[in-house]
Amino acid sequence: MPTYRPGPVSLILAVLVALFLLMPLLAVIPVSLTPSRMLAMPTGELSLRHYRSLIEDPRWLDSILLSLRIGIVSSILSTALALTFSLGVWMFQPRFTAALVGFVLLPMVVPPVVSAVTLYFLLTSVSGLTSFFGYDTWLGVAMAHSVMTVPFATVLMLVSLSQLDRRIDLAARGLGATVWERATRVIMPNIKFGIVTAALLSFVLSWEEIGVTLFITSVNAITLPRLMWMGLRDNIDPAIAALSVILIIITVLVLAVRSFITRQRPAKP
Amino acid sequence: MRGTLSDRTGAALLMAPLLLFLVLAYAWPFLGVVKWSFTLPTPGLGQYHALLTDDLVQSVFIRTLRIAAIVTVVSVTAAYAITVVWVRGSPVQRVLAEFCILVPFWISVLTRAFGWVALLSNRGLINTWLQSIGFISEPLTLVRNEFGVIVGMSHFLIPFAVFPLASAMRSLDERVLLAARGLGSSRMRTFWTVFVPMTRSGIIGSALITFVFSLGFFVTPAILGGGRSVMIAELIYLRIFQSPDWGLGAAISVVLVVFVGALMALVFRYVRPKQLV
Repeated sequence: MPTYRPGPVSLILAVLVALFLLMPLLAVIPVSLTPSRMLAMPTGELSLRHYRSLIEDPRWLDSILLSLRIGIVSSILSTALALTFSLGVWMFQPRFTAALVGFVLLPMVVPPVVSAVTLYFLLTSVSGLTSFFGYDTWLGVAMAHSVMTVPFATVLMLVSLSQLDRRIDLAARGLGATVWERATRVIMPNIKFGIVTAALLSFVLSWEEIGVTLFITSVNAITLPRLMWMGLRDNIDPAIAALSVILIIITVLVLAVRSFITRQRPAKP
Repeated sequence: MRGTLSDRTGAALLMAPLLLFLVLAYAWPFLGVVKWSFTLPTPGLGQYHALLTDDLVQSVFIRTLRIAAIVTVVSVTAAYAITVVWVRGSPVQRVLAEFCILVPFWISVLTRAFGWVALLSNRGLINTWLQSIGFISEPLTLVRNEFGVIVGMSHFLIPFAVFPLASAMRSLDERVLLAARGLGSSRMRTFWTVFVPMTRSGIIGSALITFVFSLGFFVTPAILGGGRSVMIAELIYLRIFQSPDWGLGAAISVVLVVFVGALMALVFRYVRPKQLV
């Protein structure tokens, strides 16, 4: 059977776009190897000093650990909230579902800078109440990240629930299972993949969140993106190039593993 | 009767935590921001009046709309070119296209903006190379201006523009294209008169996403614009943190939300949301 394939003009244009997409990612590699203290192309001699400074400078390690902690806490919170909400929607199909889901998706639709001002308002307002939760605290950042990631987690949950066969839940109900049993022993095992994906996505989004973080931190809660931002604004620190190369390599590896796994078992979405 | 009652309680119990969380952590503080815009520094409509009369604010609004429009056209066009190959190419071409779309998509906005700094700055890759082959003597100013902002934002938004286009192209019936070719239409003509019109909903969806995203963009313009081509989001940041004028920052935020909401309502009147994704 014949198929409709892109012609030579399409292919050339697509190659140009692909080069445009990959160019800045490749450009950080030579910069990361420069022996110079400033942003420059290496001339002749190569050096790994910027990779070494990632390990030796405690600021980088501290912010990596902080970002990990914030990412894990906010991912657990947003996955749990998104899961219970989506179970409620799917099991009971309450009235006004569309409006409620629309409300939950707001932080994803509203321009991020407006969400940032909103969360800044929230955290500065509660700062006076406690010292460990509020503006420029790690718990405050974790909570703010949950607000931003929970719509994405909810979308993933609702999508994986929509692919579930309602009859298995009806059967469990007919056999006398309680709401708790239906949720934990019938529905959740069937959407495991969706729950794990939602948790991972929430973590990744929190790990690289910068737009909101800039508004709600100043000197204490310096996450990794926040530290990169500080190194990018004024004098550009080539250690950022070294860090970028490492992050790019991790991304490529994870994507390769993921595509390998999905190719192994093509039935699952 | 008993069933419906327990259903309702069950639904309420399961849905309450998230709804309560977002009301307390999002809806309530947003109303606080709206309140700021009417009360700081003095109660009244002063900040909204300033929005309409202040030259700086006006020029930032116009620049933001202009950059967003250019970025939308660039991103949707570029995304279209690579999506055609991702959806319709040979198996090898598809894998390569997917790699080029997904790798940048998953890499953080900071790394990508930094990559453009490394390419475009005075001591960056492009200027170093052009100088070493003697093509130019003085470095070209490619960054810390609107050009850099447009390049960086388009690069960020192309993967987002790809997804609605891809779903439109996937749902397109291949037999129509083969019929057009079989009836003697050239490749070019088939593309422009059959393929493109049939992916219209994808183009609209992709343009809407790109435009709305560009309006509220903060990180890329702040890094690649170098404070010289400030967009709305950066203006809000500056008003709140550098020249403490929370009222004006809040008022700009409110206007931005209303504008984006109106834009989406307008588009959804003509295209149903389901066709977009």
